[in-house]
Amino acid sequence: MSELNISNMTCPLPLNDHPRIKMAHGGGGRMMQRLIEELFFAAFDNPALRSGHDGAVLELPEGRPVMTTDSYVVRPLFFPGGDIGALAVHGTVNDLAMCGARPLYLSASFILEEGLETETLWRVVQSMRAAASATGVQIVTGDTKVVERGHGDGIYINTTGVGVIENETQIRPGRIKKDDLIIVSGDIGRHGMAVMGAREELAFTPPIESDCAPLWNTVADMLDAEIDIHCLRDATRGGLCAVLNELAQSSGLQFDVVENDIPLAANVRGACEVLGLDALQVACEGRFVAIVPKSDAARALEMMRVQNDSAAVIGRVTDGEAGLVTLQTPIGGRRILDMPAGELLPRIC
Amino acid sequence: MKYIDEYRDPELAQKYAAAIAKVVTRPWTIMEVCGGQTHAIVRFGIQELLPDTVELVHGPGCPVCVTPLEMVDKAIEIAMRDEVIFCSFGDMLRVPGSEKDLLTVRAEGGDVRTVYTPLDTLKIATDNPDKQVVFFAIGFETTAPANAMAVHRAKEKGLGNFSVLASHVLVPPAIEAILSSPDNRVQGFLAAGHVCAVMGTAAYTPLAEKYQVPIVVTGFEPLDILQGIYRCLCQLEEGRSHVENQYQRAVRDIGNVSAQAFIRKVFRVVERKWRGIGEIPESGWALSDAYADFDAERRFGLADIEVEEAQNCISGLVLQGLKKPADCPAFGKQCTPDQPLGATMVSGEGACAAYYRYRKDKLYE
Repeated sequence: MSELNISNMTCPLPLNDHPRIKMAHGGGGRMMQRLIEELFFAAFDNPALRSGHDGAVLELPEGRPVMTTDSYVVRPLFFPGGDIGALAVHGTVNDLAMCGARPLYLSASFILEEGLETETLWRVVQSMRAAASATGVQIVTGDTKVVERGHGDGIYINTTGVGVIENETQIRPGRIKKDDLIIVSGDIGRHGMAVMGAREELAFTPPIESDCAPLWNTVADMLDAEIDIHCLRDATRGGLCAVLNELAQSSGLQFDVVENDIPLAANVRGACEVLGLDALQVACEGRFVAIVPKSDAARALEMMRVQNDSAAVIGRVTDGEAGLVTLQTPIGGRRILDMPAGELLPRIC
Repeated sequence: MKYIDEYRDPELAQKYAAAIAKVVTRPWTIMEVCGGQTHAIVRFGIQELLPDTVELVHGPGCPVCVTPLEMVDKAIEIAMRDEVIFCSFGDMLRVPGSEKDLLTVRAEGGDVRTVYTPLDTLKIATDNPDKQVVFFAIGFETTAPANAMAVHRAKEKGLGNFSVLASHVLVPPAIEAILSSPDNRVQGFLAAGHVCAVMGTAAYTPLAEKYQVPIVVTGFEPLDILQGIYRCLCQLEEGRSHVENQYQRAVRDIGNVSAQAFIRKVFRVVERKWRGIGEIPESGWALSDAYADFDAERRFGLADIEVEEAQNCISGLVLQGLKKPADCPAFGKQCTPDQPLGATMVSGEGACAAYYRYRKDKLYE
């Protein structure tokens, strides 16, 4: 993935007698300047950032530019398989990838809570650096604010991404057609259960690791192979269930999905059974749904399996009822797969 | 996954469906009592495997749904206090009180937390000696042993800042209330397997004899439910009315004796109001006198709150099996899981929410 070894790198700031973030680190003065130069510049080093200008002047290759933004809040900041820094890079880069755009540049804004250990910030920043380097994006501009202790969960991050669609491909819900096949890029629900396990101190055996990962390389392979991708969408909050409902609604078509074909790791399934959660609604951070013509499905699946061998065709598009998602249950019944209500709440029994 | 996939085998499910179709000669109405069974029936599309002549009605066995409105209002009143950390099972947080739900209290600044077991709240109480920690002890006989254990341990440890808002409900009196109603349509019952795992099956024999209804203690996986339905239908067709135990891998006739002893020690039987249904005699548990110090209602001096339920909500009739969710004019319109009028639309185990999420009745039109 990366040549960086985070554990060997030490944070330069504690040496300067600031083991914790203070209000002055966001106050616009000398302390903020040192934080930016010694921590952020050191980690994300690139010419646009070094220019010290109010904004980054970008060089864009030929094509259609794409811009997206997302904010990241997660507790705990570090969880099995990832951390808020990796999420903040992968999440935004993945949104660009879902548009078929090569990710190029990111901004990074940090809202830090007074009292945060500087070492923690350093670890998060190093994780962002590794994630950005692995996907080939540069973090070219940013901002830092500090809020009073008790007014934040340590670190909030916003990243905005800019990328470019380099060919004539049209990836959007409007291109989804009857008889297209629905493919999911790997087993679902890992991220949500990994975070829940870490937050609630639930010891799953074997441990569940987040699926937090960049998706662009797989999408790039599919584009290079000239697969006629009709639509892509990454499964984040609301899980696979929300993605299928969103795409069925915006395409005005019906999706028929087979529950037994949806890849699900045994430990995630077990944890969901115990907690009374529906795995289809649990968040992912490194999985996407691809909707492709039947003729291209086998090749698309093959490429997705290079990244994750559990990728699978899970259903097809029909011209039934607009916006409806149906699920064939394991015992051969059929039911509606509805949009999740919002907050995942474990059932009582 | 072991112990799950065996009970979701599609071939066996089809075999049971065929056996059911073969045994049925006329229409029958069966009630599954437990919300967990309702959830499984809609989640796995079990009704679709049954002949049209077999109607399943969804009973009052969702603890979240039947917890009375007054109790939700009391929970909200307690949770709004500055000195309180209010702990609850997750799906109780979305249940609408008269004016708001516990999630709203949390948004307004209340310290409302989801816990997976009441024993977690003891740790919270130990870690926060300057706070009052209150657990919303709801549920049927199934959740009672752990709740009883939490109260007992709190007493042993002398945890003065811990209390429970107890609103336990009991299955057999609810079944009797349904059977004794002049409007009753239910001809056979699937009893709640996990309730019986705790309490045993003895309480059901007098009901089966008195009202001449078959009662099959049933599990929660698709094949459990299909087998429970099959056994119930066999009895109905043959004119028998016995208590049978389909869920033998978890339920012994005597139940869990040590859990029962604990429950008897900590709780006493009381009349309980059921949301949408009304008062049912001897249908609930409250803390016994020996543990009265841990009663949150007493500790916070809450006066009895009388509350009217929404007029256009038929959840009470749904809980008694007299109406189906889709019979309600508000279903899917004014009442959705995002904006529930009644509690049956709130919990994933509530019949209305289960219908809304998994059926909407579109597939069956």
